[in-house]
Amino acid sequence: MSNLEKYTNAFVQAFEIEPKDAPALKYQDIKAWDSVGHMGLVANLEEAFDIMMEIEDIIDLSSFEKGKEILSQKYDVDFAQ
Amino acid sequence: MWNLHKFQDNIAVITEDNKKITYQKLDNYCKNLTSNIQKRCLVFNLCKNEIGSLVGYIGFLNAKIVPLMLKSDIEEDLLNNLIETYKPSYIYLPEEISENFKFKKVYSNLNYALLKTNFENAYKLNEELALLLTTSGSTGSPKLVRQSYKNIEANTKSIVEYLALDETERAITTLPMNYTYGISIINTHLWVGACLILTEKSLMQKEFWAQFKDYQATSFGGVPYTYEMLNRLRFFRMDLPYLRYMTQAGGKLSPELHELFAKWAQDNNKKFIVMYGQTEATARMSYLPAEKSLEKYGSMGIAIPGGKFSLIDTEGNIIKDPETVGELVYEGDNVTLGYAQKCEDLALGDERNGKLITGDMAKFDKDGFFYIVGRKKRFLKIFGNRVNLDETERLIKAHFPMLECACAGIDDKMDIYITDENCKKEVSDFISQKTGLNFTAFRVIVIKEIPKNEAGKTLYKNLELINA
Repeated sequence: MSNLEKYTNAFVQAFEIEPKDAPALKYQDIKAWDSVGHMGLVANLEEAFDIMMEIEDIIDLSSFEKGKEILSQKYDVDFAQ
Repeated sequence: MWNLHKFQDNIAVITEDNKKITYQKLDNYCKNLTSNIQKRCLVFNLCKNEIGSLVGYIGFLNAKIVPLMLKSDIEEDLLNNLIETYKPSYIYLPEEISENFKFKKVYSNLNYALLKTNFENAYKLNEELALLLTTSGSTGSPKLVRQSYKNIEANTKSIVEYLALDETERAITTLPMNYTYGISIINTHLWVGACLILTEKSLMQKEFWAQFKDYQATSFGGVPYTYEMLNRLRFFRMDLPYLRYMTQAGGKLSPELHELFAKWAQDNNKKFIVMYGQTEATARMSYLPAEKSLEKYGSMGIAIPGGKFSLIDTEGNIIKDPETVGELVYEGDNVTLGYAQKCEDLALGDERNGKLITGDMAKFDKDGFFYIVGRKKRFLKIFGNRVNLDETERLIKAHFPMLECACAGIDDKMDIYITDENCKKEVSDFISQKTGLNFTAFRVIVIKEIPKNEAGKTLYKNLELINA
């Protein structure tokens, strides 16, 4: 599985959505992405990439796109792989 | 209720966009709003943690108009049911959703609108009645708690005393304004001339923490789930120099988390205060004094000033021995008038006479500190919200007439047992939509049949065995 697939999958699992709907998502766009859902998403991401996210990154993860940026810049996740 | 004039130059509210509103200004906003309502009546206040909602709440109470506090994104069927049942004279709500109603707009300010309904006062409001709140509103029951002016004043004064609040406090909102715990934070702070930082942002958003720091919040409150999130957010590594204390209520915090936060508070010169209450007792019934928080972690403390606890056994006798479980009974001026199920009930007076049988099972230790150990009634607290298990079953059965269903579980984790694999996802979606709670709180489990006794009653104990 590519890193992008792993990343997308974390959203699919956390919010029970279709993979195609993930890239446009922002915090609170859907009912499932509330503060409770956010905790689940972070747990999925940490497990998928074997990382421990810092609080400033957890609270900055306000959209699918923003999360990609954070993971690639701060946690060395290469989305080309 | 509140003497806003007394603190006229103090800052009452800081909004998300850094507007500072003095008590004088708040008073003016309140009077402008309520001058549109000629006589005492019922108003639905559809609220958010915004200045407009606060003006409604404070204004209505100060003008002896009775608000029913509801969340602005309340489920449509439930709202319609409440409107039909209670026939409010007005609905006060955020302007952006006022278009959903065909009622006439009579006033608007601060992005909030006051709508006049077609109902005329067809019933009486008891003169002691101040405020209405839902109990397990999320499952569709129109049952309300009736709180009096005396209840609110008694509870407010008591909380102000044991938390030692003064006008230098700045509380940031983490709880909704339709929720008794959130309301009690508003009540107490405006009572002493302190400041409220109103925000709709959640702990999971950096804007929340920016406001927390920029506006120098001195306190916040949270339900058990809030503290779980804070723990996972690695809250203990945050630098919050202005924070003085944190309170917890809305369900029992795990002893492990209680100990962790009590320890952190002690080491960092903060206070962590665990409390217990119910909407039926206005808000608070007990608190664990901060200096005992670590020593007595897991306890919900002692009765608040002016209140009294006792435990009764199944025959109604008072339990005198420590470490003996009984049903918790509370007495105090904050015990509310009673419930309402229909609009005629709003004329009723005090049905409890200052005594509340809580439905919670508890014990006390040799030093007189109380511990909640269980619950008599079949409901769960999910993210601080009471969700009745039998009502949830009824909701599911009404929507899926062919389905066998039974609900059980623990706080923050409801187990829904059904007998048809094909309905699994639908049931999960349906119940999270109806309750407005995140779907991860509900686990749908498919079993062959629901265990029942000969009379057809569900055997919940056996359900738990199947699960184990």
